[in-house]
Amino acid sequence: MTLTRREALILGAAGSAALMLPLPASAAAFDDAVKAFTGGATPKEGGVTLNAPEIAENGNTVPVSVEAKGASEILILAPENPTPKVATFSFGPLSGGASASTRMRLAKTQDVTAIAKMADGSFAMAKTTVKVTIGGCGG
Amino acid sequence: MMKRTRIGGIAAAAAIAALTAAGAVSADDAKAPDTSKTLEIDGTSIVTHADAPKNIPGLTKIYSGWLFRDASTQDMERDDFDNPGMNFAQNGIDDWSKVDGTAGKSCASCHNGISSMKGVRTHMPQINKAGQLWSMEDYINNCRTKRMGAKAWGWNSASMQDMVAAISVQSRGMPMDVKTTGDYAKYWKEGEKMYYTRYGQLQLACANCHEDHYGDNIRADHLSQGQINAFPTYRLKQGKLISIQNRFKGCIRDTRAATYKEGSPEFHALELYVASRGNGLSVEGVGVRP
Amino acid sequence: MKDVKPRVKVPSEAKAGEVFTIKTLISHPMISGQGKDKDGKPIPRDIINHFSCDFEGQNVIAIELDPAISANPYIEFTAKVDKSGTFKFTWKDDDGSTYTDEKSIKVG
Repeated sequence: MTLTRREALILGAAGSAALMLPLPASAAAFDDAVKAFTGGATPKEGGVTLNAPEIAENGNTVPVSVEAKGASEILILAPENPTPKVATFSFGPLSGGASASTRMRLAKTQDVTAIAKMADGSFAMAKTTVKVTIGGCGG
Repeated sequence: MMKRTRIGGIAAAAAIAALTAAGAVSADDAKAPDTSKTLEIDGTSIVTHADAPKNIPGLTKIYSGWLFRDASTQDMERDDFDNPGMNFAQNGIDDWSKVDGTAGKSCASCHNGISSMKGVRTHMPQINKAGQLWSMEDYINNCRTKRMGAKAWGWNSASMQDMVAAISVQSRGMPMDVKTTGDYAKYWKEGEKMYYTRYGQLQLACANCHEDHYGDNIRADHLSQGQINAFPTYRLKQGKLISIQNRFKGCIRDTRAATYKEGSPEFHALELYVASRGNGLSVEGVGVRP
Repeated sequence: MKDVKPRVKVPSEAKAGEVFTIKTLISHPMISGQGKDKDGKPIPRDIINHFSCDFEGQNVIAIELDPAISANPYIEFTAKVDKSGTFKFTWKDDDGSTYTDEKSIKVG
């Protein structure tokens, strides 16, 4: 039994359509989201711990956690998603430390990015690549 | 003897079809998962691997789908709070004592507390008094329509799967133990025949993926043995509880065949047979799967 | 119909100033607004867009959520308090609804 390339593509397309994850955002939308958060300041690398699986079993539910000691806010971004912002955490006076975990949707393989606003007004950044694959058993 | 192949790429389904068409692959060729990982859910030990039942010659060992998952997905099932499926099971537990229908009854009116359902999930599907093979969904709807005077729930409706989950949780940790002989034999044999029958344009039988190739990858998915002891499961993809027979439908559709419907005689027989392949594995009471 | 149900997990006791973990989960489909129905019409966005946790009038955490948050949003964070009291949890839905939950803690 063989499958033509066209048939294989149809099969693949059916799988991705079921994911309901459409066009990636333009780089501009990502830049805008970063700028809105940092006010144009350039974040420096380091000082932020960002954890997410190297390979996501399903792009619709990907665990992610962030920590940045001394940060007042942390923004998580998925640059290749249709809307790049994922969540913005603001830590209040009773926070036990600037850390949080959640679960996110990723449209495709990308560098998930976290930017932290530090107490002194500077910004710190971390990135981690999460591979998102289209499964064989769509739905 | 066929060399074990890692399957990936866009035409994996075709590749697997070609592979299995080319020659039989013995069960021992499939890849065993890492059984050093253990599952305990809020203090209850779960049996995730066992010797295969004697009437399943194609397998020597049986493995819960949990063993085939990544660490992050496995962890989600370890803790009832982290498992979003348990939120839905809780809805079912709440519904258990809610009056619905013209008779003014709830489930609890006849069955008392939901803990009275302990053990029920281990022997589903089961032959009813009229001699028909019924799934838990059929029993629930029978109670609703005949005893409560309430409307039947749709097989895949949230209310139905919440209740199936709530009842399944009562048997958490107990071994699956469906009957396969006596009155059950004809259904079981029908299910077995379906399991080894190739369906659809891709000409795939259940066994081609779940017996010959568990542990391998089909495109990016890591194939399991297709065990149903953890159903209904919370699927990360859909973000909700998925029923056993809905998953059957998904698999058959992926072979590019016209599928049977939930509640059909074919799926009842298949459910009995597939459940029997997992006899000895624990009821997980809402698994988490990708 | 949405069947929205919040759940929270807070330790029942803690020491003054001790850092502990709070977990929250709310059943909600988190419709991203990117999908389309069978007729090709866009399915309008409907998500939980904001979450906050407060303790006796003081804020622990406030979170702006975007459509990239998975269905049934799960949030885990830490807190520290120096007296007994009640945590208040608030989720805001795009449709204008607000869902709340409360949990008390004993600090000894």
